[in-house]
Amino acid sequence: MKSLGSIRRSFAPWNDPNAKPYIRFENVTKRFGEFTAVNDLTLTIFEREFFALLGASGCGKSTLLRMLAGFEEPTSGRILLDGQDLRGIPPYRRPVNMMFQSYALFPHMTVEKNIAFGLKQEGMPAADIARRVAEMLKLVKLEQFAKRKPHQLSGGQRQRVALARSVAKRPKVLLLDEPLGALDKKLREETQFELMDLQQELGLTFVVVTHDQEEAMTMADRIAIMDKGQVMQVATPAEVYEAPTSRFVAGFVGNINMFEGKVADRQANTVRITGPSGAEITVENAGDAAAGADVAFAIRPEKIRVSSKRPADAVNALQGEVYDIAYLGDMTVYHVRLGDGQIVRASSLNAQRVTEDPLTWSDSAWVSFRPDAGVVLTR
Amino acid sequence: MTDAAMSTTAVKAGGPVNAVLNRLVIIVPYLWLLFFFLVPFLIVFKISLSQTAIAMPPYTPSFDLSEGIGGLLSGLKELSFDNYVWLTQDPLYFNAYVSSVVIAAVSTLLTLLVGYPIAYGMARAPTTIRPTLLMLVILPFWTSFLIRVYAWIGILKPEGLLNQVLLATGIISEPLIILNTYTAIFIGIVYSYLPFMVLPLYSALEKMDYSLIEAAEDLGCPPIMAFWKITFPLSIPGVVAGCLLVFIPAVGEFVIPDLLGGSQTLMIGKTLWNEFFANRDWPVSSAVAVILLLILIVPIVFFQQAQAKAQEQGR
Amino acid sequence: MNQTWSRFNVTSVFLGLAFLYLPIVLLVIYSFNESKLVTVWGGFSTKWYGSLFQNQGLMDAAWVTIRVGLLSATVATVLGTMAALALTRYTRFRGRMLFSGMVFAPLVMPDVITGLSLLLLFVAVGFDRGFVTVTLAHITLTMCFVAVVVQSRLLTFDRSLEEAAMDLGATPVKTFFQVTLPVILPAIVSGWMLAFTLSLDDLVIASFASGPGATTLPMKIYSQVRLGVTPEINAACTILIGIVAAGVIVASVFNKRREVQRLRDEQAAQRG
Repeated sequence: MKSLGSIRRSFAPWNDPNAKPYIRFENVTKRFGEFTAVNDLTLTIFEREFFALLGASGCGKSTLLRMLAGFEEPTSGRILLDGQDLRGIPPYRRPVNMMFQSYALFPHMTVEKNIAFGLKQEGMPAADIARRVAEMLKLVKLEQFAKRKPHQLSGGQRQRVALARSVAKRPKVLLLDEPLGALDKKLREETQFELMDLQQELGLTFVVVTHDQEEAMTMADRIAIMDKGQVMQVATPAEVYEAPTSRFVAGFVGNINMFEGKVADRQANTVRITGPSGAEITVENAGDAAAGADVAFAIRPEKIRVSSKRPADAVNALQGEVYDIAYLGDMTVYHVRLGDGQIVRASSLNAQRVTEDPLTWSDSAWVSFRPDAGVVLTR
Repeated sequence: MTDAAMSTTAVKAGGPVNAVLNRLVIIVPYLWLLFFFLVPFLIVFKISLSQTAIAMPPYTPSFDLSEGIGGLLSGLKELSFDNYVWLTQDPLYFNAYVSSVVIAAVSTLLTLLVGYPIAYGMARAPTTIRPTLLMLVILPFWTSFLIRVYAWIGILKPEGLLNQVLLATGIISEPLIILNTYTAIFIGIVYSYLPFMVLPLYSALEKMDYSLIEAAEDLGCPPIMAFWKITFPLSIPGVVAGCLLVFIPAVGEFVIPDLLGGSQTLMIGKTLWNEFFANRDWPVSSAVAVILLLILIVPIVFFQQAQAKAQEQGR
Repeated sequence: MNQTWSRFNVTSVFLGLAFLYLPIVLLVIYSFNESKLVTVWGGFSTKWYGSLFQNQGLMDAAWVTIRVGLLSATVATVLGTMAALALTRYTRFRGRMLFSGMVFAPLVMPDVITGLSLLLLFVAVGFDRGFVTVTLAHITLTMCFVAVVVQSRLLTFDRSLEEAAMDLGATPVKTFFQVTLPVILPAIVSGWMLAFTLSLDDLVIASFASGPGATTLPMKIYSQVRLGVTPEINAACTILIGIVAAGVIVASVFNKRREVQRLRDEQAAQRG
């Protein structure tokens, strides 16, 4: 079976028509005065899923999370959790917990007391609290920091305390608002995998809000890409990357080259697209593009080959001039300027130490790609 | 004492002229405060050990500096603790001290009770109107203290506005006697010192991260409990600063008990004033001041350390 | 944050402000009372303002107060700013504990103690009590308030601004006057205003430190108040309140304008 990307998933309830939705946003709208933060949004999240809400700041992703936590009520529409309508339930009665972007650790309490806080609210017996706190401290490897106050911890340690505090109550859903935003790059990468392990271990449903696409791609089972209060696409990371359904999603995730043009003709699933300068491209998987439609052809830099001569077997090849070269070690990025002035970004993996066909600035060059290497976008 | 200011850690490069200028910044205010703030206290202490005399100045020994060291030494022999003994013999003083401390403590508590909801409400107000509210709270503080106390006379006296309103609405049938009672003093202190309580409370509450409250609620804590477990403990530095700012000056308050408290109420600031201006007994009033200072030294040091700590954290 | 301003919070702020302002408002209203009986409304009149300006004693006292205020606030601002610099810039020098103690203690020291001790100092060194001694006393009291106001601004001051100036060749003295001073100037100005109003306001310390010929307005008002509430005093108070309120409002509007302008400029800069 052919699959997008390299991962075949065994956990995929979203493909199962009988799977029961766990969290469901139904036509949810949230307005703050004149401003519409979330606009008629419908979204389904499944149990034990690691779900990411990805978008630029102000796209409504945090509002969505805060509505789930109960800090905001939807202006219209409803939110269901495990079949129960959450409207009117205050945050302190909801079976969800949140890990705050600022961590919101109580500065006057020790690590231990912070973790125990939620358990105390439930009226859990002291002995059970102590046991659970010890368990949580072990989970996040902070046993020897139990008696410290938040200001005596490093950023990474604080993040783990916040995590331990929010999972201590074993919530049905854990909400994470930019959980790694305050950490430096190296720590962030380590912590991503820790979070994934933790989610597996505890079997919880995670909903994470992030503006960092790499983070979302690494951790999430599915990603919802949001813009202006609406979901643009919900899909697995590989689908989002390889099969974006709109210009916005294609441009938002990773680097991409976009060629605007018109569909000249369509035969079965193959279209020919003509650019404004007359250049022609043949693409398989045409999607819903009809003949005569204005479309964009989107292709990732690593799927484009750069060579000094036109490859004999190439279906699609365009000629240009090397405009810029960036050598990044593991790969080299070429910027090739086509006849019509468009810059094409192409990256090639440096699998060999020496190149047979070295290109340099201002050389004439051909960019070529297979007919199935990109997607046709109508939106 | 000039050498007190000589060793600095952060003398910037820039030549001897700048080094001297750097030090002047310390030396000038230092000397000023030594001469006009610290030395006067030593003099008060010295005079509290002197005898009352009918002369100008009305005490002996006067330490006439023209007599030199010899005069100083002979003067020392004449010093005595008689004035302090006198303070213990007349119960008036003891009662005045006790009632001052009690009145100040009660009014501090009342000011806290009145001020906290105001500060809390301000800190939760939309950010756009917070500066305006802050200005509105500070504005009365810029108008004369004396005038604000005076304004209450017209309100509280038997034929004053409060009684007129209460009589007209039928809540009471006889005018309330409030002016010239301790109640009037409480009202006066709460009113005059309210901004001193509200401002530190506001700044403590305002800088508190609201997501802490959300976190508490998220973890199952209802809003009222979240207030007692999170908000209040975190505002304690503000509570302490506010209470000290009210309590310390209130103990020695003169204008409020004098104008609103009448002759029947007892407070040490008034006693000192009368001892000085009416009885012209400088040594006894000095002794009164020394004891008052001793009572206040602990809260003052506490206040000073709280300030220094806040300053360290602001760094 | 999008928390709403709850009814409880609105009410408590509103009641608090009403409590703060009601007595002042009533005082102002009754200064326009025709009747000599302060508590009985006898119709609108400005006659007390007229008689106020005829009262030579009050006018003299007001003049003394204003001169003391201007002089003491100015000197106190210089000394207070120096003290603030000393406290923030030099974290360690011999006697720093004593110094910071002497700066903070006057803020809470009961006036009767400060007043008495200053009087005894002036007597001991043989100063004739009068205009000069009141001014010296007020400088001592108010410089500490100035120091606290300026210090809080200095604590948030970005030292790299000064380092940049020196890196670009400015001497420390030039750096102070061309970089540091302009940045902390708003705090210094509000420190001056605070010092001025505190001086205008003070009764107790002035009563101790003053002598013949240097009766300040609060002393005059106090001696008349003790004889009973009069509409004339209400009028005098109203004028004082008016002056202070106008000053504070003008200053804050000015600040606000500048702030709004700055925000607008920043937004424009970001768009451009």
